[in-house]
Amino acid sequence: MTGRRVVITGIGVVAPGGIGVKDFWSLLSEGRTATRGISFFDPSPFRSRVAAEIDFDAEASGLTPQEIRRMDRAAQLAVVATREAVADSGLDLAALDPYRVGVTIGSAVGATMGLDQEYCVVSDRGRLDLVDHEYAVPHLYNYFVPSSFAAEVAWCVGAQGPSTVVSTGCTSGLDSVGHAVELLREGSADVMIAGSSDAPISPITMACFDAIKATTPRDEEPERASRPFDGTRNGFVLGEGSAVFVLEELQSARRRGAHVYAEIAGYASRCNAFHMTGLRPDGAEMAEAIRVALDEARIDGERVDYINAHGSGTKQNDRHETAAFKKSLGDHAYRTPVSSIKSMVGHSLGAIGSIEIAACALAMENNVVPPTANLHTPDPECDLDYVPLTAREHRTDTVLTVGSGFGGFQSAMVLTRAEGGVR
Amino acid sequence: MTVPVVITGLGIASPNGLGKEAYWAATRAGRGGIGPVTRFDASPYPARLAGEVPGFAAEDHLPSRLLPQTDRMTRLALVAADWALADAGIKPEDTEAFDMGVVTASSSGGFEFGQNELRKLWARGSQHVSAYQSFAWFYAVNSGQISIRHGMKGPSGVLVSDQAGGLDAVAHARRQIRKGTRMIVSGSVDASVCPWGWVAQLAGGRLSTQDDPDRAYLPFDARAAGHVAGEGGAILIMERAEDARERGARVYGEVAGYGATFDPRPGSGREPALRRAIELALAEAGCAPGDIDVVFADAAAVPELDRAEADAISAVFGPGGVPVTAPKTMTGRLYSGAAPLDLAAALLAMESGLIPPTTNVDPDPSLGLDLVTGAARPARVGTALVLARGYGGFNSAAVLRSSLSD
Repeated sequence: MTGRRVVITGIGVVAPGGIGVKDFWSLLSEGRTATRGISFFDPSPFRSRVAAEIDFDAEASGLTPQEIRRMDRAAQLAVVATREAVADSGLDLAALDPYRVGVTIGSAVGATMGLDQEYCVVSDRGRLDLVDHEYAVPHLYNYFVPSSFAAEVAWCVGAQGPSTVVSTGCTSGLDSVGHAVELLREGSADVMIAGSSDAPISPITMACFDAIKATTPRDEEPERASRPFDGTRNGFVLGEGSAVFVLEELQSARRRGAHVYAEIAGYASRCNAFHMTGLRPDGAEMAEAIRVALDEARIDGERVDYINAHGSGTKQNDRHETAAFKKSLGDHAYRTPVSSIKSMVGHSLGAIGSIEIAACALAMENNVVPPTANLHTPDPECDLDYVPLTAREHRTDTVLTVGSGFGGFQSAMVLTRAEGGVR
Repeated sequence: MTVPVVITGLGIASPNGLGKEAYWAATRAGRGGIGPVTRFDASPYPARLAGEVPGFAAEDHLPSRLLPQTDRMTRLALVAADWALADAGIKPEDTEAFDMGVVTASSSGGFEFGQNELRKLWARGSQHVSAYQSFAWFYAVNSGQISIRHGMKGPSGVLVSDQAGGLDAVAHARRQIRKGTRMIVSGSVDASVCPWGWVAQLAGGRLSTQDDPDRAYLPFDARAAGHVAGEGGAILIMERAEDARERGARVYGEVAGYGATFDPRPGSGREPALRRAIELALAEAGCAPGDIDVVFADAAAVPELDRAEADAISAVFGPGGVPVTAPKTMTGRLYSGAAPLDLAAALLAMESGLIPPTTNVDPDPSLGLDLVTGAARPARVGTALVLARGYGGFNSAAVLRSSLSD
């Protein structure tokens, strides 16, 4: 076991309902929802017409006209979240060896919005099979390779250490941060700017989730459309967003007197090797990821104070992970508050894992567990304590957060309070 | 004390040869696979050459139910993974599921699949979009599909750093093995030879517009004017050296060192970061520059990028201090598939005592490289350095050490 302990010292969030950590936490702690009817495009041809959009003005958020031109919306969100995280950390990046600063950004679907819009133009709304390169925007290559997100963040902070995009579908936001923790522990970097971003609210995404009925058709009640663990749930609500963290080693954080939000004590990812979109109800592989993450953290499952669920609000997911929590934590699962913030901010695919880590860190900070909004109707297969409707004051020293995604990826992360007798 | 991790299986799909034997026979002979684009009509575009994988009929290798749900790059990756496992003598069904993982790279996902569904969306309406679009085009698809096909439940992942991602994935696979996973399927296969992929790559401004396959992709040559895009790559089987020895596996070589850096922001005036990546990889492998027998170059064929790479190599090894080669002149640039294919080429070079050539290139003497051109050069290859760079500033370097050298 390496001696390096990795902690979060800066948080930046751009999520539906608000730009910045403060607005994000207000939304969660007040149990408000940011799911609405889609405004980005005419949603009338779609089965699901609800989404969690961010009221985001790139210019007002500090991006220059050239930055806006060359970046897809997801890259813009990541850069804005990065700037907040770095400012929050109080870290003087200019004083660091740039080769010791790295970047990991998770994204499930990259520059989907940019690609969708550009395809429409170069194909002249699908008329041309041989799409016309003369009509392409000059920065189309940045949309083609989502690695451009990591490049933008690296430029933003002056990082010259290991930098990459991690793309494992809907667990990308957990896996990106988990990857950064591994790089810090092995000594490949001293500071990692780690997080994720996705901005998938675009016709092609709505169309492909319509086709498999993964998103909810509850279009008449958009504010109440995302219903994780509720007996009437019938699909997730697509969202967008970004969360980025400054991660560093505990000793160096202490030396510079930084505020430490939480330690990332354990992380693991496993595959179900079953189906690209389907889940076996027993949750065995997620349970294994949880077991390994706890083991790496050297934390007994009984110590988990709060579980931040994947809780997408699909029939199969919520059943699957409820089983996984019981399998990995036993009876303790019944005594532990579990909640899904997707009920409020929707499911932003590869971004949500990081946004949920931010929610966990803030839950620890405030000793308040965010609720699962819209949870009114019990489901006999989902019989844990899901903190319905209102946030709960609750001593929160140890948090488990999980993700589950297309491709079969199952990830789990354990956060602990770095100070104060947890270890 | 770190655990040595070795490569014991190769599965190759390359424009100059489908399968390991065909690939190496062509590569050692300097036989290229670049030609006019056949997969679509490229005549309206300024770039009309590609490295296409020849003679690949997915239905000969894969169950029919997989075909409607997979992009070409996934089909190639699935078949390459089958071959790599067979080459390594590993039967996944005999191995504990959580002890096997899949870590691949991707550059642009299943772009052709995405193109076809985008066309349906915009031309015919959203209800015509395939139910498989939700995963067939995304970057994680190859890792997911390989893990499902072989029942692999261990730590898995996907790294996206353009062309550098191929090495980043192998390094991440090695990391997971060191943490205790017995075997990882790694490497990468990429393909975006479709009109929409072409338009995106043209926007990058680095595609060659030459029509002569022998003059189109000329890295380190005064005539360098961009690259030819290709498809394919290599899937690699990685495991602990000790496990490989115990089961009597044939070991190609060890992944002995790795380093990754990112370039300073354009216009900063600071030195590009490739040199540092090389130094990190050498240091981890415990190698002095003089221990390296050959460098497989990234070979961008963009003059300033060639200059930067040559400068980095010369800074570490001295001018002309190490043989350098870029067999990717025979395949085109394969994006995330390129570096895994170079790793495979380096391992095969070790086995055959031959450095494959950089074909067609007349080296620019001002770059100061000992570039292996013309025919393959007989040489004892015990240790090789493989370089890869990704658009925007990603630099990765890996050191391979032959199992024959000790």
